Amino acid sequence: METTAPVQILDLSARFPGVINPDTRAGYSGWIVNSTDLLPFATALRNELDYDYLSSVTAVDYLPEGKMEVVYHVYKTAGGAGVVFKIQVPRVDPIEIPSLVSIYPGAEFQEREAWDLFGIKFTNHPDLRRILMWEGFAGHPMRKDWHEPYFEEDAKPLKSRWPDGKMIMAESKNLYGDNIAYPDGFNPESQTFDPEKALYEALRRYQKDETGLDTDHIIVNMGPQHPSTHGVFRVAVVLDGEKIINMKPVMGYLHRNHEKIGERNTYIMNMPYTDRLDYLAPMSNNFGYALAVEKLMNVKPTERAEYIRVIMAEMTRISNHLFLIGTLLNDLGAYFTPMLYALEERELILDIFEAVAGSRMMCNYFRFGGVARDFPEGTLQKIKDLFFERLPRKIEEIDRFLSENEIIRSRGIGQGVLTAEDAIKYSAAGPLLRASGIPYDVRRAEPYSIYDRFEFDVVVRTNGDIYDRLMVRFDEIRQSIRIIQQAVKQLPEGPVMALKPMYQVRVPPGEAYGRVEGPKGELGFYVISNGKPSPWRYHVRAPSFINLTAFGPMCVGQKVADVVAVLGSIDIVLGEVDR
Amino acid sequence: MSDMYGKGILKGLSVSLKRFIETYLDNLSWLGKRYHTDKGIAHWGSKDARGIFTVQYPEEKIPVPEEFRVIPFLVYDEGPNGEKTLRCTSCGICPKVCPPQCIWIVRSTDSATGRPIPDPARFYIDVDICMNCGLCAEFCPFDAIKMDHDYELASFHRNVYDITRLSKSARYYESIRPVNARHEEAARAAKTASRTGQGE
Repeated sequence: METTAPVQILDLSARFPGVINPDTRAGYSGWIVNSTDLLPFATALRNELDYDYLSSVTAVDYLPEGKMEVVYHVYKTAGGAGVVFKIQVPRVDPIEIPSLVSIYPGAEFQEREAWDLFGIKFTNHPDLRRILMWEGFAGHPMRKDWHEPYFEEDAKPLKSRWPDGKMIMAESKNLYGDNIAYPDGFNPESQTFDPEKALYEALRRYQKDETGLDTDHIIVNMGPQHPSTHGVFRVAVVLDGEKIINMKPVMGYLHRNHEKIGERNTYIMNMPYTDRLDYLAPMSNNFGYALAVEKLMNVKPTERAEYIRVIMAEMTRISNHLFLIGTLLNDLGAYFTPMLYALEERELILDIFEAVAGSRMMCNYFRFGGVARDFPEGTLQKIKDLFFERLPRKIEEIDRFLSENEIIRSRGIGQGVLTAEDAIKYSAAGPLLRASGIPYDVRRAEPYSIYDRFEFDVVVRTNGDIYDRLMVRFDEIRQSIRIIQQAVKQLPEGPVMALKPMYQVRVPPGEAYGRVEGPKGELGFYVISNGKPSPWRYHVRAPSFINLTAFGPMCVGQKVADVVAVLGSIDIVLGEVDR
Repeated sequence: MSDMYGKGILKGLSVSLKRFIETYLDNLSWLGKRYHTDKGIAHWGSKDARGIFTVQYPEEKIPVPEEFRVIPFLVYDEGPNGEKTLRCTSCGICPKVCPPQCIWIVRSTDSATGRPIPDPARFYIDVDICMNCGLCAEFCPFDAIKMDHDYELASFHRNVYDITRLSKSARYYESIRPVNARHEEAARAAKTASRTGQGE
């Protein structure tokens, strides 16, 4: 468990001679693996070196170099630094790379995403369909040579805005007032293409149970418009009577290509956009992005800013978990009473956000090297009142209100079980992983910011069922209150910004992966700079998206009515799933 | 499920009952006008607020904090004879930092020499695209563009504000953000003092 980075580097190159080469580009780290050796390399990495947790898989389009790169971040659930390895292939279609799903099943959705957005074919992937765009979409939008309708320029700021601003409303450029653009020679009227065909074919691939009664299997679609999906999210299930025998989540209804927008934006412009990922936990999103860019810039925030960041991030966690307790109870049928009790307390936290950051949910509060502004007068007292007096009392009240309730227990205990082994396998993160008995928390496993200074317990429950996932949230709220109490007591005086505020920051070339323990799990930002004002690559490792990989396996074998409860206990936010 | 089935439910319901009674008692103690007074609003959301503390918007309103932000506006200073001078110099930092790129500025030029004048000829903000991030106000070096507090903006049409719709007086700005305005005033005064000091 106690391994340091230099030892690992020595180990790896000695262990895999000829298979891997160090990435020597300036500002880059990790290893470049030959495409043919990927599977044996990954197998050895997982089985022999205990890198059992695949955190992130993503692609980078190096258009000027004519290369496509796939980047993998792998960690140990025992903790410590991770390993980054990459595969480079020529940028000529068809681009093919062996799939890692057989070794790390958590790669399934992430590889589908890379196929969808970059057009990289993962050979032997069990179900390589588009995931965020719809079937039949023309092109792969994250490629650098793909341009959207109303495309103006490769990067902001757009020249049409100043000094000679020609005001035009974008929708007036299109006859229909929307942003639809068809490829050349495409006539939508003459189309007979069935966009659902691939989905239903994938659904029909399951192991038939030959024992028992032979009944017709039917496909049921839940959503996209369904109140329990917490947004626009669709679940297609195959049922044998009441029992689920196969299921596929369908997502992307809220897809806006956040990453493409991010690569057009300058670095500072991305900060308010990150709020819109997981809009129930904006401060954590700010935190992850700020960490990644600060790594690239080699800037350290001031002491006071670090404490303010931790206070804000933990407040976000509490407000997020309160919201989850409310919505999960709604999903279980306790309509709105627990929801309102939880939202009342969340409201008080949002009040503090509003006073400090200016907005309840779209905070846009973190800056590179600190935070946007110091606490206004009176806010610290409010935080003290809330976290030393009111919330500890109120959490116990909500706990007393819910956790012994017989209905919750019977719907939660033993339902939707995710075993510890599966949780790691499917790259589940955050409370989902910890409810399955894996004490993995980025704040402890690889402490960032100043989390190594606080006393708190990594919350863990062992059954991995819906009830444990609910209880993990209660426990985490208690731990977060502990952290806030310590941080408020230790909060030093001083400036909140380490740098002079700049509307365009200079970021040296290189890559960085900043990860934080968000309320939903490990939230990572992979940023590549080429020295220009906008990032070359900006990738979000979205915990709710990747946690959905385990959704199908958790539901198979359950009754159809439990889908809602299982989904509620995963805690997804569609702004982050669909990005 | 230790001894009696339904005990957990009853225990939970007792919490509900307590809330129910507290809500009525609290409301009675304010004579039904909880959030019509400053004292009531201060009590709202304090650590001692009891029962349900829903605010009956729009009859009751919670005042917004100073840092609250919606839609930018341009600040003008008023001269002794009522003339209005926009602080904006059309330097172009706000359109360069605007994440959704909703600001359009036409810079004035001197008709004789063709050189740019630090004064916007036209200034548009597409407020339906504006994401209320506040970066324009944060990075404006002239304190010329600031975020507003007026959040009741529902309308039936597309909103693009031009320079007349955007301009608001410095006095209005001081009324919605007194602390910030005071700090900025002091910083400007210090800057002018140091500049005149150098000149001598």
